[in-house]
Amino acid sequence: MTIATFDPVTIRREFPTLEQSVNGRPLVYLDNAATSQKPRVVLDALRAYYENDNSNVHRGIHELSRRATVAYEESRAKVAGWVGAAEPSEIIWTRGTTEAINLVSTAWGLDNVGEGDEILISVLEHHSNIIPWQLLARRTGAVIKYIELDEQGRWILDELPRLLTDRTKVVAISHVSNALGTVNPVKRVAAAAHEVGALVLVDGAQGAVHMKVDVQELGVDCYAFSGHKMCGPTGIGALWARRDLLDSMEPYQGGGEMIHFVGRDESSWATVPHKFEAGTPNIAGAIGMGAAIDFLSGVGMDAIAKHEHELLGYALERMSAVDGIRIYGPQSPDEHSALISFTLGDAHPHDISTILDSEGIAVRAGHHCAQLAMQHFGISATARASIYLYNTESDIDRLIEGLEQVRGIFS
Amino acid sequence: METPPLNSLYQQLILEHYRNPRNKAELEEKSVEIHMANPVCGDEVRLQLRITDDQIEEAKFVGQGCSISQAAISMMTTLLHGCSLADAKILAECFTKMMQGDPDAAKDKRLKDLRVLQGVSKFPVRIKCALIGFDALQEALKTYAKEETS
Ligand SMILES: Cc1ncc(COP(=O)(O)O)c(C=O)c1O
Repeated sequence: MTIATFDPVTIRREFPTLEQSVNGRPLVYLDNAATSQKPRVVLDALRAYYENDNSNVHRGIHELSRRATVAYEESRAKVAGWVGAAEPSEIIWTRGTTEAINLVSTAWGLDNVGEGDEILISVLEHHSNIIPWQLLARRTGAVIKYIELDEQGRWILDELPRLLTDRTKVVAISHVSNALGTVNPVKRVAAAAHEVGALVLVDGAQGAVHMKVDVQELGVDCYAFSGHKMCGPTGIGALWARRDLLDSMEPYQGGGEMIHFVGRDESSWATVPHKFEAGTPNIAGAIGMGAAIDFLSGVGMDAIAKHEHELLGYALERMSAVDGIRIYGPQSPDEHSALISFTLGDAHPHDISTILDSEGIAVRAGHHCAQLAMQHFGISATARASIYLYNTESDIDRLIEGLEQVRGIFS
Repeated sequence: METPPLNSLYQQLILEHYRNPRNKAELEEKSVEIHMANPVCGDEVRLQLRITDDQIEEAKFVGQGCSISQAAISMMTTLLHGCSLADAKILAECFTKMMQGDPDAAKDKRLKDLRVLQGVSKFPVRIKCALIGFDALQEALKTYAKEETS
């Protein structure tokens, strides 16, 4: 699909789920940071694979297996291109961001992090970039240190020289916060981390979704992301890591596909990336993620970023004018990615979400798997409206109407 | 499924308890305390009971959460004062049944003000909110019984 000029209303028609009413009103979907909707081309790709080419990859000598393998590896190449990998073999298929981080914290972490070593993460992280490191720390006796936040949820980097020491083995940070929408200065932290020889892993679950990512330019070692937040299916995602790093690592899981030769006592491993892909993978999901990348590339990431930036500016302006609202995170659209986290008067975020839902508006309410960030602000939850390429100003207008209704009930 | 009208959920009495929760304080002398949290949404309650001779003398709570969870706990604590452990158990069971949509339970006079929460049963994702206080109560009763026998 090619779209000559960017028009969210035209784009919207490509997403079947968006063409429905909820509670008697046309659906306004503003929970994109949790998962995006899927365009027809992605659904078609899944169906075409299962109808025409379904078979296992890298195993059969027959025609169907050949076709499935080609499509699966072509998708890997698309994902590699998506983040600027040096070669497709630097892309490991995973279930998503969570598994990609766990892969590194386990396969790399257990061999490279020891007692008294330090792991640096930020208070802003999603639980999937906290817990794997806590598990590693518990198993190795390593210590976790935190980059703290200022009053707008930005990393306080003055402390960085003190936080990074010769014991720092890994720095694991998010590209974009799912709780506040902050675009983090990853490049700067990565450069400082490399000076003390630490590995830099980036949680890109909210990054590769809204902007063109170039891992070389960012200067990081690992980048983890999920297909389902960028128009692809659930259950598929990827880890990008430098080839030499992947070559040096032990496998993550053992099983079929990841071996070179199996002996009674000793076995040897397949080459990267297959060394990290034990068992039958999510073939359809990988193909679907490739189709999602084709779709987003067709629309154009620059056009998407521009649209989202304008819409976010509009949303920030309109929402700031709602009486009793408090918006968490950076207040300027320039430091913000496509979501707004807020509370409204004494209405609890759950109540906000229920009232909006009754108007057909989907937002998220809760701690957004970022309890440390919530604790920083002394709250337990926020409501979160997150936008994507298919959202329009009229969606924001509906949100504002809904928020006025919340005020009506809770004032 | 269509969501029923919001006014069946946000009744004045519920909002009133949300804004002015009863018995929201620490209990000085407590016989049992239960901490209950809903990790999905962050609702959280610490329920504290002072019990003598199988009777609840005082019930207090601290916690945070949405209007439904806070109002339900607040109303519950007002009914627990002077309530026997057996009656408290019946109250918890009756309220839980009402939340599961049982029309007879919803008519039970013993629930008193708690009956305004009946509308929550039509909002499946919010039933957990209404139940967190009574879940804590049931745990508290079990814990107390265990400690008494041991
Ligand atoms: C910033 C961030 N990191 C990690 C994750 C986890 O992604 P997934 O659940 O797809 O593994 C998410 C999504 O929930 C996220 O927003």
